[in-house]
Amino acid sequence: MTSTTSTTGTTTAGRDAAPAVEIHDLHKRFGAVRALDGLDLTVRPGEVAGFLGPNGAGKSTTIRVLLGLLRADSGSVRLLGGDPWTDAVALHRRLAYVPGDVTLWPNLTGGEAIDLLTRLRGAVDPARRKLLLERFELDPTKKARTYSKGNRQKVALVAALASDVELLVLDEPTSGLDPLMEAEFTECVREVVAEGRSVLLSSHILAEVEKLCDTVTIIRAGRAVQSGTLAELRHLTRSSVTVVTERDPSGLGAVDGVHDLVVERTPDGPRARFDVDNDRMQALVAALGAHDVRSLHVAPPSLEELFMRHYGDEVARLDRAGAL
Amino acid sequence: MRCEHRDGATGRLPPDAPRTGSTLTATGTLLRFALRRDRVRTLVWAGSVALLFLYAATALDAVYPTAADRQVRAQLVSSPAAVMMSGPGYGLDDYTLGAMVANEFTLWAIVAVAIMNILLVVRHTRAEEESGRSELVRAGVVGRHAPATAALLLAVVADLLIAVLSGLVLVAAGLAVVDSFALGAAVGVTGLVFAAVAVVTSQLTGHGRTASGLALAVLGVAYLLRAVGDVEQTHGSWVSWLSPIAWGQQIRAFVDLRWWPLGLSLVLVVVLLLAGSALAARRDVGAGLFPPRAGRAQAPAGLGGPFALAWRQQRGSVLAWGVGVGLMAYASGTFADSVREMVDELAATNPTILELFGEADMLAGFVAVMTVFLALAVGGFAVASALRARSEETSGRLEPVLATATSRTRWFGGQLAVTVLGVVVLLVVSGLALGLGALSVGVRDPGLGEYVLAALVYLPAVLALVGVVWFFLGWRPGLAGLAWVVLVWSFVVGMFGGLLDLPDAVMGISPYRHVPQLPADDVDAVGLAVLSAVALALLALGVGGFRRRDVVSS
Repeated sequence: MTSTTSTTGTTTAGRDAAPAVEIHDLHKRFGAVRALDGLDLTVRPGEVAGFLGPNGAGKSTTIRVLLGLLRADSGSVRLLGGDPWTDAVALHRRLAYVPGDVTLWPNLTGGEAIDLLTRLRGAVDPARRKLLLERFELDPTKKARTYSKGNRQKVALVAALASDVELLVLDEPTSGLDPLMEAEFTECVREVVAEGRSVLLSSHILAEVEKLCDTVTIIRAGRAVQSGTLAELRHLTRSSVTVVTERDPSGLGAVDGVHDLVVERTPDGPRARFDVDNDRMQALVAALGAHDVRSLHVAPPSLEELFMRHYGDEVARLDRAGAL
Repeated sequence: MRCEHRDGATGRLPPDAPRTGSTLTATGTLLRFALRRDRVRTLVWAGSVALLFLYAATALDAVYPTAADRQVRAQLVSSPAAVMMSGPGYGLDDYTLGAMVANEFTLWAIVAVAIMNILLVVRHTRAEEESGRSELVRAGVVGRHAPATAALLLAVVADLLIAVLSGLVLVAAGLAVVDSFALGAAVGVTGLVFAAVAVVTSQLTGHGRTASGLALAVLGVAYLLRAVGDVEQTHGSWVSWLSPIAWGQQIRAFVDLRWWPLGLSLVLVVVLLLAGSALAARRDVGAGLFPPRAGRAQAPAGLGGPFALAWRQQRGSVLAWGVGVGLMAYASGTFADSVREMVDELAATNPTILELFGEADMLAGFVAVMTVFLALAVGGFAVASALRARSEETSGRLEPVLATATSRTRWFGGQLAVTVLGVVVLLVVSGLALGLGALSVGVRDPGLGEYVLAALVYLPAVLALVGVVWFFLGWRPGLAGLAWVVLVWSFVVGMFGGLLDLPDAVMGISPYRHVPQLPADDVDAVGLAVLSAVALALLALGVGGFRRRDVVSS
């Protein structure tokens, strides 16, 4: 099948090369539940593709289809130029996978689990393994049953990152990691991409995707509702602002980049809630200066808020369709 | 369950909340919850034991209608092999229906109920801790000893149900009322002893499987002690009295009833529970008494494929089963000279019987019966081992393995190879140990090779059980546990099939039925070939289904 498996690390694939992942109109049912309902997803070589959606949207199901664990009901799925179901073994030599909820063999140590998983895949790089263990501060001599969730996650991450593969499939890989380890993970993914490899990163955390990804596909109820480069989806990267002012804030609605302004009367004075495009923040700050600000709160919107605000109608339509 | 909310603003407890909790707080709630979880399971176990008694009483009455028929049976069950598989032999001189039921069925009812109690207690205590669910429970308003107490109370409820149901069916079969309920009580109380044993073993180890394994090993030892004592001396020697199983049989139900042996069981329950609670006070939630040690930082060179992984997972249980089966077989083998003695005795009193069965025939029959029994035990290993594949999948451990360059067929091959290897090792060990036991008491014929061969001919039958597991794993994974039903049925047929006069077609469901009982029978190549073909067909169908279906965790 594939005679060239050692091309990674040296070649930086261009945008015109065949996609690492190409999914079109994928359907998958479990009994009466439509887990995937016409999903499209593309990961181009050498890019980090974010796969964003709330819990239960179908992210893990998509990944399991990609790994040949689940059989697609209909639609076309290509993985590294092959068929994920029939060519599973050959393709799996060229990818590494980190599940969102890692379970390990209770009587194996973390180090043994890492070695086992990398050996089952093929090539092992002992120097890289050692370095990753240090970076993630993981004690490989402990039995897996004594590891916390975060440490089990680290075992799977080290096993995946230590392998010399073309594609990393990461299913919510940072769940359970503390902020320091999350930063280490971010660094590792950047290095992987710098070597020209591709990454599919599923997450329900918008900030994580913003930080790492070149392109983003947003999935909801088993289908992609948005996809594109981060710049194209810039309107999603807004912040929620709550401000209490001395003077009437109604005029803020006219500021470029401010959306969905709502003004309420409170005992402390008028309170305004709105969203602002992150790249228009400077204009907002300038405008606020004239309103005698008493308190100001700026927060990135939660994913659910984004969905409800931008796709409320779409979501309702999809839900109705899904209920049929 | 009811949800109670604290008053968030002031932190006050609602008026009905307990202010001073004991270590037993919430035991009642947990017991109701456990009953809810286990209602079907408990009813099935209790119903099966009651059915065993009902069927035994009615079938024995039909097969042995006259006192003369029953006396012939009494002769048969005096042989060492039969004593090992039955009881201390009360009432053999006037073998009434009641005495027959008590002598020949109490042991199996006790063993079944003991296994139920062990699995029940471990499932509700250690396995809950291992899964992390008990953390959620213990974080609530729940006393330290409440979960274990609730599990034990659940066992009491189940045992009470079994005692009453068993008593009722025996009375319904026309047996004496008091003795019937005494026998039921003996089964229930002895079961409770093993619930208490499981409470103790659950404190010793952090691993549910190990906890139930340890408790089952105690059951095995109790079984052996009783067997040794009862074979040594009719009505049991002092060795018998070391075993809680014997106490249940020593009440002499339907012969000359006495209750006090059950007092011993109740005292032992109390002692074990005190020990368990003392051990529990010395450990943390989730931890065993033995702290986990640091292991290797790197995997040994051999750990690199599905077979090595499966072997690593199961080598401990192969070893444990090997020791258990080996001891059981060796102990059984040492009774070979008792068989010879009995033949000599018979020859002195009744020379015609030697014309019917020569000494060699008697020995061969003994070896054949022991080997069936050992092969059934190996079947237990085989089903448990094959079902590991299911827990690998549901736990989510299979997923990352199949996401590597490991095909489903190779993974299946690794699992199957370890199961088959374990089965072959255990069969050889049981044959060898049986032969060595016989050799140790000076019985040189049959030779060691014959014992091993007698055990190994069961390989196709055990593989058929493995085939049943894999067939379901391929097509309906949720039903794979049905292989246990086939094994239990094989056991019923193997132990009571002839006795209960079951129809051939029904007995034929047991794969063991189609194996020649060496050295008593001749080798039946056709039967073995058909059995092997069925086993291979089931395995092939199973792997075919497994390659096609979705792999789903939890």
